Amino acid sequence: MVAREQFDLELEAVKDMVIKLAKAAKVQLEGSIAALYQSDVDKAQQVMEADKELDQLDLAINEASILLIARQQPVASDLRKLIVAIRTATDLERMADNAKNIARSAIHLGNDHQLEIHPSLADMRDVAFKMIDLAIEAYKKEDIQLAKKLSELDDLIDGMFGQVMEELLQMTATNPQKIQLVMQMAFSARYIERFGDHLTNIAESIMYLVKGEVYDLNE
Amino acid sequence: MKIVTGLTNTAQPEKNLRKVFNTEDLNLWYGSKHALKGINLPIYEKEVTAMIGPSGCGKSTFLKTLNRMVELVPNVETTGMIHYRNQNILDKSFKVEELRTKVGMVFQKPNPFPKSIYDNVAYGPRIHGIKSKKILDEIVEKSLRGGAIWDEVKDRLKDSAYGLSGGQQQRLCIARALAIEPDVILMDEPTSALDPKSTLKVEELIQELKTDYSIVIVTHNMQQAARISDRTAFMLNGELVEFTDTNRLFSNPEDKRTEDYITGRFG
Repeated sequence: MVAREQFDLELEAVKDMVIKLAKAAKVQLEGSIAALYQSDVDKAQQVMEADKELDQLDLAINEASILLIARQQPVASDLRKLIVAIRTATDLERMADNAKNIARSAIHLGNDHQLEIHPSLADMRDVAFKMIDLAIEAYKKEDIQLAKKLSELDDLIDGMFGQVMEELLQMTATNPQKIQLVMQMAFSARYIERFGDHLTNIAESIMYLVKGEVYDLNE
Repeated sequence: MKIVTGLTNTAQPEKNLRKVFNTEDLNLWYGSKHALKGINLPIYEKEVTAMIGPSGCGKSTFLKTLNRMVELVPNVETTGMIHYRNQNILDKSFKVEELRTKVGMVFQKPNPFPKSIYDNVAYGPRIHGIKSKKILDEIVEKSLRGGAIWDEVKDRLKDSAYGLSGGQQQRLCIARALAIEPDVILMDEPTSALDPKSTLKVEELIQELKTDYSIVIVTHNMQQAARISDRTAFMLNGELVEFTDTNRLFSNPEDKRTEDYITGRFG
């Protein structure tokens, strides 16, 4: 029955690369937030450095997909698999850039700022982690029910972001000397919030992969 | 959550279209072999309809029912109806000669007559009683232009058609089909014997011809069906599995069997 075993293997290889990139993006977020909380500039530098590898993986996914499109002329679900791989890789690469930006904030604050990072950033990170795991599972299984849950979690992150921003704003009023720190925390909160948006895009891509129709999960 | 967009269908909505053919519960047997099973398929005016499916699925048989050429095969039996412009062509009273002047056919291998280029095209009109050289000249030029081959042959109309390349011969055969001013052109794998460049030329020609003609094309080349047709019918084991807008069929088919076939998982 299966007449295109080689092509199926190649499609599977692209899928594996996408999952690898998703896992790497999670590691980057973990590293960058840890660097922020621990005031660990070295760790932040490592995150910055590692981002290059993720960029390479994104490129590799794009190249492999383009070659398969050119050589195999896929249609229907085969074509959607490759289009979704390219789109998802782009979202994951942007997520990794956000982690890099958080690492940049950690570097900006330095080793000895003696200040406490708002605990809600870790809470937001935890929701983002949950989303990444869910996205990987949904993508692996091509499961639209799992994909739909991602938009609910994104709403949660958005709500947390709004609250953190309010609290940070109050902090600037009461502690104007902390303005540098508050700004970097606000940036970081924003970057984590962007993780949620990209993961919602990925959920929409999975819906497209399965259903062949374009969905807007924000509506 | 809302659906932002489905896929863009390029074919006209069916309700706005006139049907040139419409088959109703069309069944066909070659002896005991049930080759077409209850086919209900409309062919719309001035569109390209592609028939795809694995060898032996009945797509060529279906094509040959539309001009009743299938009757040339011994032991053929058909039931059901084939309406051509609202007349049932399977009706015994329907004159097959009349049908053949309205429904032209182009075959897999170019089959020019062993005559000059001019005489190949003038053959049909002459049979229909046209004798005037002036009128025949006009028909030949118009048909050869229609077949996108005029510029290549205008200086050697008296040469044998056998001197043309395969691609040119096939365009000559299309021109020959045009000479009787048909309503519908049936094409049975018209490019499978041609090289890629000639194939593209014939494909472009098909696109141009649909302004004036309704075309039904049987093809083994799925990319060709995707490139040139407005609607595609997928057949399997004598059944019509799916018939829909070509964009829809090649991007998001409804039936799992269609998906498996177009993605090369069987067939």
